[in-house]
Amino acid sequence: MKRHENFIALATGVLFGLGLGIAQMIDPNKIQNFLDVSGSWDASLMFVLGGAVVTTLVAFRYILRQSQPRFADTFHLPVPTQIDRKLILGAVIFGVGWGLAGYCPGPAFAALALGGWEPLVFLPAMALGFALHRWVAVEEKGAVMSA
Amino acid sequence: MHEFSPLTALVGGVLIGISASLLLWLNGKIAGVSGIARGVLWAQSWPDRQWRLLFLLGLILGGMVYVLLFPASVTPRQGYPLSLIVAAGLLVGFGTALSGGCTSGHGVCGLGRLSVRSLMATLTFLVAGIVTVYFIRNVVGVAA
Repeated sequence: MKRHENFIALATGVLFGLGLGIAQMIDPNKIQNFLDVSGSWDASLMFVLGGAVVTTLVAFRYILRQSQPRFADTFHLPVPTQIDRKLILGAVIFGVGWGLAGYCPGPAFAALALGGWEPLVFLPAMALGFALHRWVAVEEKGAVMSA
Repeated sequence: MHEFSPLTALVGGVLIGISASLLLWLNGKIAGVSGIARGVLWAQSWPDRQWRLLFLLGLILGGMVYVLLFPASVTPRQGYPLSLIVAAGLLVGFGTALSGGCTSGHGVCGLGRLSVRSLMATLTFLVAGIVTVYFIRNVVGVAA
């Protein structure tokens, strides 16, 4: 079963990356043009998100009615449902970073295929951002415990 | 001139949606790239780390397949400020970790699950991205 899961992870990754390429999301300039609603607005990415979400909306309805995934024991779904300060603040910070360079995480990986230097700098910086969050979260937890 | 390309956008989007659906249907995992990448760093077990690494490797290979199929359709951007790329990476990493998802996790998968939390996150990062691009193009004046 583990071998199936690993193959599926690789294959779905390839499909995802190919989709990002065809949708031209690996072009950071196109992302920024999409976000540039007051200037050279390129609405294409609405169609990327639209096509993807309509697909998941239909497919997930069927999938989540199954008792378990095909090759694994359980569905690993996000637990939190509350809309809190962390969600909104995090989304603001992410959106600012997304606009600054035109990369979100998926396209940053797929764009490695183009051979430019930007993803090679962006991805380690992103990992550092993950680490920074972990450090802050641990500090916060410590503060709560000692309070 | 910036080309509006609704058809390729739609095809690419549907492929992304199919990929996310297969990963959920077969492996029970959400195709949220920030969460998958973060899990590589702090996975509890080797199998958990392994599938994440394979998915990320797949993303790169998928990009390579695209480049092979359509050579020279996208070339790397030239002359963009290094400082902005570094700052963007830090913010994207920190922000997605804090809000628990990015364009794929909250956007594609969260909306597919009809999660209100993900809808709020998606609207928020879209607005933040729009304001940021306005600022860097019209106030700071980084070339479009």
